[in-house]
Order: sequence, then structure tokens, then C-alpha cells
Amino acid sequence: MGIEGIGASVARKEDKRFITGSGRYTDDIRLHGMTYAQFVRSPYAHAKVKAIDSSEAMKMPGVVAVLTGKELVDDKIGNLICGWMVHSKDGSPMKMGAFPAMAPELVRFVGQAVAVVIADSKNLARDAAEKVDVTYEELPVVADIRAAIASGAPQLHPEAPGNIVYDWSLGDEAATDAALAKAANVVSIELTNNRLVPNAMEPRSAIASYDSAEEHFTLYTTSQNPHVARLVLSAFYNIAPENKLRVIAPDVGGGFGSKIFIYPEEMVALWASKKVNRPVKWTADRTEAFLTDAHGRDHLSKAEMAFDKDNKIIALKVKTHANFGAYMSLFSSSVPTYLYATLLSGQYDIPNIYCEVIGVYTNTTPVDAYRGAGRPEASFLLERLMETAARKLKVNPAELRRKNFITSFPHQTPVIMAYDAGDFHASLEAAMKAIDYAGFAARKDKAKKEGKLRGIGLSCYIEACGIAPSKAVGSLGAGVGLWESAEVRVNPVGTIEILTGSHSHGQGHETTFAQVVADRLGIPISQVSIIHGDTDKVQFGMGTYGSRSAAVGISAIVKALEKVEAKAKKIVSHHLEASENDIVIEDGNFKVAGTDKQMAFANVALAAYTAHNLPPGMEPGLKEGAFYDPTNFTFPAGAYICEVEVDAGTGKTSFVNFVAADDFGRLINPMIVEGQVHGGLAQGIGQAILEGTVYDKSGQLVTASFMDYSMPRADDLPSFKLSHTTTLCPGNPLGVKGCGEAGAIGASAAVINAITDAIGTEKIEMPATPDRVWAAIHANA
Amino acid sequence: MNEAVNIRVTVNGEVRSHSVAPRETLADFLRNALELTGTHTGCEMGACGACLVLLDGQIVHSCLIFAVQADGAVVETIEGLAQRKAIAELQEAFHQRNALQCGFCTPGVLMTAYGVLARPGVPSRNEIRDALSGNYCRCTGYEAIVDAIETAARRRAEAAAEPEPETAP
Repeated sequence: MGIEGIGASVARKEDKRFITGSGRYTDDIRLHGMTYAQFVRSPYAHAKVKAIDSSEAMKMPGVVAVLTGKELVDDKIGNLICGWMVHSKDGSPMKMGAFPAMAPELVRFVGQAVAVVIADSKNLARDAAEKVDVTYEELPVVADIRAAIASGAPQLHPEAPGNIVYDWSLGDEAATDAALAKAANVVSIELTNNRLVPNAMEPRSAIASYDSAEEHFTLYTTSQNPHVARLVLSAFYNIAPENKLRVIAPDVGGGFGSKIFIYPEEMVALWASKKVNRPVKWTADRTEAFLTDAHGRDHLSKAEMAFDKDNKIIALKVKTHANFGAYMSLFSSSVPTYLYATLLSGQYDIPNIYCEVIGVYTNTTPVDAYRGAGRPEASFLLERLMETAARKLKVNPAELRRKNFITSFPHQTPVIMAYDAGDFHASLEAAMKAIDYAGFAARKDKAKKEGKLRGIGLSCYIEACGIAPSKAVGSLGAGVGLWESAEVRVNPVGTIEILTGSHSHGQGHETTFAQVVADRLGIPISQVSIIHGDTDKVQFGMGTYGSRSAAVGISAIVKALEKVEAKAKKIVSHHLEASENDIVIEDGNFKVAGTDKQMAFANVALAAYTAHNLPPGMEPGLKEGAFYDPTNFTFPAGAYICEVEVDAGTGKTSFVNFVAADDFGRLINPMIVEGQVHGGLAQGIGQAILEGTVYDKSGQLVTASFMDYSMPRADDLPSFKLSHTTTLCPGNPLGVKGCGEAGAIGASAAVINAITDAIGTEKIEMPATPDRVWAAIHANA
Repeated sequence: MNEAVNIRVTVNGEVRSHSVAPRETLADFLRNALELTGTHTGCEMGACGACLVLLDGQIVHSCLIFAVQADGAVVETIEGLAQRKAIAELQEAFHQRNALQCGFCTPGVLMTAYGVLARPGVPSRNEIRDALSGNYCRCTGYEAIVDAIETAARRRAEAAAEPEPETAP
């Protein structure tokens, strides 16, 4: 592997700027003549906008403009789109209401923008926004799923009767019902998957500028996928044609899904920059982030699992209501359907699965993909069900899982996915060994003597990553292909620039992608630069989400590197008068096998650019591009085990141990992978015990600040013990699977399974805060 | 109340005279007037720790302090600590241990870590976690940050315990 190649825990190339305070995030950028935008947002969850009076604001010196939703409509700026068409089970297309960037007539969630103030300074814009007088007429509110589907509930959108976006299903209901009817045992469960606020530490920000002479826009923005942003802004929102719009995502301070989507603020900043003919900057404050960043999860589910007399699973039936909030965000429709129900087979051989998903509008912030997106919901449901079943059937939870594991591959599940590789016994074994599962009973007894309730919980997750084969997602309703592109640009002296459509916002691509090149060509990673996040530099790309950058983004780089190598070998064979087939690459040199003849890579590059002596007909230069479209999803999987101790007197949960055994296929940089798992686990544990998003009945977000919404802090979390088992992904050149979401997908079930084991009741909702745990203990007693 | 106030503040060793609005936070002053953008604002209510700076040697939330309150004071930001190599061993430990991902919280985390290292002895992991509990990091799960601070503290303690190198007469 070499000291910097694939498999080496190389320290990151990008660190220096971050540890010296010289990172360059969007809000750090200032343009000449820049103005500042402050949005006027609805304080009501559902109301008619009767009038907007901006006269007082416009009188303030330094206020440049106050723009409203009506002017946006007049200028033919498009409504926000949902890019994935999902059909209900009756064949009808999903029913969507219009999502305007600023509401001209009706607001449907607290925080929805109705106007924007553009002013010379941020504080002036804030003051002026308070002077914009908006007259609202309040309407009745539905603040959660149950209220939305109740008969006679207030309606959000006339297009969606009963507040239902779709009633979708996957699988064979008749066969599943038949299996349930003949089951020896049926175990059922009802659960909530709590709504989460992503809260990347960097708030969203956008700076738009317009060059009137060139009729050209530039947008700096906090995006995980700048090319997709440009595509959507051009093709659907009528901002500018693609060749007249450059989108740059500089350093981005975390995304976790929330920075995939193209938001109203970016659209308005662009539009406003042309209207006022000056650059416009907008940066969210934290409460704006809480109110307007797309939220995650928010499911209510019922599920039944059928077992035969030998405890083999024969069927799974699931009914889920998913809360979409007030509008359909960019990829929202796919999250509780194709990213959720398709994973309900988990690691198990389940012959019959049927899942019905009802998507619901409510007067809350839109909900879309958040770390894991659908897969954490599937994993939580299935693993809570497995643990509950083991307890009800009085079998060991590990044994019940082992009995039902899929053991041969490829394996076609009844819910679309074809698993290509895995070894679920190996990861469970590794995790059980790491936590000394066998010794748990003795530890529990000892804790009991000390007056503590100890519990252990397993979670065996699987996810589908490497998103995604374009043809497959196209057939399922996606509006885009999910390939990735790469360009390998070798410079005349042999240094290399890699241009990638993947986007790094913490993942360390500048290091891992360079390691792949170093591994292949034997040159140091210091000679390889990774360029991303700028539509003027990189040809195109789909961005980073769904743990896709290694499996799809790097695969595109490998494809382009193969082309570079092939051309380089032709040049070497011409210079050294040897057969191309005899050329091998060793330590940065192209050698003729079995001889002492060689050319350093830098000399090959120089020869390509001087073009003094190239093979007949060969073009000068050494630069190749490639597009890679995956043939299948990848399937990272693993086993997590959590051991907790609960204080019955206070309900407080303390972590005794948390172990994770993951199979991500080949690891490019194990240290970076470890960091991804740590962060994912923190978010999964946060969901389980801390993070609760609370709306009151009037649709006010009660938890709209860091004082009210509890995310994991350093003293809330345990130290994690990680290990890996490996089956290579057969579907891509390096055998990689992806690691970015696993922790968030697998952790929450392990924690709740441990807490329920400790307290002896299954009835606890996430987040299992001390008051809830205390109440559950005492309800049981 | 809105009239600008003249302040003189020593920032990263340099005396800076500026006219600031009374409402201007120290964080905004540093970021906008002085273009020291290493100090980040993640919540503007003192809950996330991304904006931590040193004010007369004390670690403070620059989002909770008005720039006028810093009049006559000595302020040091991440850029200043980095330039005078006051956190070199922490930076090295963070880099080697991958104790940062997106980097947004990192300047504030390094400020906290600087405070931890200023105390004598090697802190326990729980003490490090306790000290870090005022810094939100959404990326790392804190594990690598705790490791890095522990490593830096141990190295500093080891270096302090080593006998003074003999000096030439």
C-alpha cells in the first residue's frame, strides 16, 4: 500500500488551514459593494398574508430594497421543486402544493419567508426587517402527523386532500398477510422516529453577485453539491442559464444532508443581486437554521413480524406515516420510500415484506434527507422489532439474529435491493467479543446488587450506499442520474490535479482521493491536488451525500487514472522501444518489466507536453476524464452493541460501553473512516437520548436554539470501541462501500435496546431523556 | 446609543484603533472590521463555543461580548495563537489524530484545549470531556479531540519533566 497509499492512515492535507484559523467558509468572504439580506419570516405556522407594508423600512438610510414574494412571482422565478416523483399505490402521482421561495399569499410554517430586506449592513438589514409591517390572518394549524390525518383537519394545500402527499407501498401485501396468518408467533411494535434538526455547525450562507455587462451570476454557497444547485437554479428556478451562473461551494462546515437542497435564500439572493445590482450576502443565524434547514426523520410506524415455530422470520408488515412538513423539499419524497422501505429486510432472510408509507403535510419546517435518510428509520424499526421479538419469544437476541441472517450472496430481497456481499455473522461475532457479551449476565447481576439497572442492546444494520445506479433510480422516479465524474490533469512536471464532482465538507477528500492516486502512480500525495466545489473548474458532478464519494466519486477517478496510465504507457513504450504490455509502474517510475529500462512519471508527463517525440498520431498532453455510473448500490453493514446503566432514581442513562464492528469493504484511510463512524455514532446516540424536536399545537418550534435542543456534548458520549470485518464490494474497482452514515443508522436502536433491557419495558420513545426513562420505570412498577 | 464609539484594543499583539457601533459584538468586530475570520459564530448565544477568544488571558465567548467592552484590553484569536506557536503541539496532535473534520468548530475547540493545557499536570479523559462540554462539534463525536488533547497534555508534561539541557559554561 505504500506509506501514503490505499489503507494508510495518512494525516489530512486539509487540516492546516483549519487549525490555523485560515479556512475560507462562505460567510468569511466579502465582495466589494456587498449588501446584506435579512428575511422577514412568518411568526405563524399557518396564515394568510393580507398585506406587506415596507414604507417605514424603506425610509431608513442605507436600506437598498424590500422585496416580496409577489415581485418574485412577477419576475417569473420558479417555485421550489421536488426532484423525485413517487406514485401512490393507486398509480396516481404524488400530490404537491406549490413551494414559493417567498410566500406571496399564504404561509405554512413558522419561519417561512415573506419578504427580504437588502441593506448596506447586516445590523441595518435586521433593524429594517423589524420595520416591515406584515398583516396576517391566522388559520388553523396541524402541527404533527396525528393532527394532519384526523378527520376534519385543516388543509394545507388544495392539491393534497386530507394532507396526504402519497399513499405508497412496496412488496406483496397478499403474500405477507398469508404468511402472517399462518405464523406460529407474531410480534408487533409501534414506534416514533423522532424529528431531528441537522445543525451543521456552520449555518447556511449565500453570497450572490451579478455582472450586468456579462449578464453573469456568481453564487458562493454552503452546498454539498454545487453542480446540482446550478442545474436546479437554471433549469427550474429561471435564475440564469447554466453558462451564466457559476456556483462555488468553498469550505463548508458540515452538511449531514441539510446542505444538499437548494433553499429559498439562495434563490432570493441571486435574484436580488440582479435587482439591486450589488452583491447580496445572507447568513443564517442559529434560530433561522432551526426554522429553515430541512429537518430529518419524523415517522410514526406500526410493524408486525411473523415467525414460524423455529423462530425463522416468515413475514414483515410495516405501515409508516412520514411527516414532510409544509412543503416537499428537493429529495424528500424518496426518503421514506426508496431509501427506507427498500432496507426493511435488514440483514435477514425475510421471504415476505410489505410496507405502506403515507406521506403527510403538516405546518412545520420541511423534512428531507438527514444523515442516513430513511435507512436509520428502517434500521431502528427492524432492530427494535428483533430485540422485542427475542424478549417475547424468550430467545437470545444474538441467536435470533443469527438464525435469520442472510448467508449467501448475491441475495435478492423482496424489497428491490440485491445485496452483493457481506458477512453478518463475522461482524456480530466481532462486536460480541469486543464487549464481552458472554460476561454481561454477571455484570448485570453485580450492577443490580449496587442498585443500578444494567442493560445491553444489539443492532445489526445494513444500508444501501454508493447512491446510485442512474438507470435504477431513474426507473424509481429520480429526476437526475447519480453517477459521478472526474478529471485527472497531469501537469508537464508530473504533478497532478484531480477535478471531482464530489464535495468535501469534512470528509477529508483532499487526502483520501490523493491517496488513491499516490497508490496507483507511486507519487507522493503532496504532488496531488484535489479540486472540487466550483462549477467553473469542475466539469460536472452530483456531489456528496449517501456515502457515495468513495464508491462513486473515487471510482470515476480510478476510471480516469486508467486512461492516463494507458496513454502514459504508450508514450513510455515508444520512448523505450518496448511493448506496452511489458510496462509496469513501480515507485513513480514506468519500467520495462525484467529490464533496467525506465522513465520517471515526471519525464513521461514532460514528454507528453513537449510532444517532441510522441507515437505517430498521438495528441499532446496528459489529461483524461471519466464518468462512472455504478452498477448497483453498495451495502455497508455491521453490528453495534451498547451497554448502559440506568439510575432508577433519576432515570439517567450512563454508557458503560459502546462497540461497533463495521464492514465497509476496503478502507482507503482507516483513521478518516474511524472519524466518520465516531461522528455518525454521536448523531445516532444523540437521536436516542438527547435530540427532540418539539412543536407546540400552534406550530411554534419550541426547540429552536441550542439552549432548547440538546445535541451531544463531549461529556454526554462514551468512548467507542471500533473494529472492522471486511468483504469487498464486487461492484466497484476498489471494493469500497462507504462509511459516512453507518453510525447514525445503527446506533439509535442499540441504545434503545439497551435501555429497554435495563428497565424491563419496551415502552420508551426517543429521545429517551431521564424524565421519560424515569416515567417508564415507574409506569412499569 | 447608536453613535459609534472609538476603541483601542490590542489584537494578536497589534494595537488596533477602530470606531465601532455599541451593539457590535466582539465576534463581528474581529470577523468584519479586522478580517480575522478564524473566529466563527455558530449560535451567537454562547452555547456552541465556535467563537471563543482570549480576552486579557481569559477564554470568553466573543459573541457575548461587545467590541466596546474590549476597549483597552488584549485580545488573542486563533490566528494569533497559531502565529506565535502557542498551540503548536495541540495543532500537531489534532492533525495526527484527525481531531477535526469540517473545521468550523476547530478554532473554538483549540481555544478550550489551550486552556486545558495551561493547567498543570495531565488531565484525565473525563476532565478533558468536562472541559470540552462548552464546545459543540457535530462531526467528530469528540473521541479524537479527547485523544489529541490528552496526547498534547502528556507531551507537554513529559517535556516539562525532562532535565534542563546542560548549557555551555
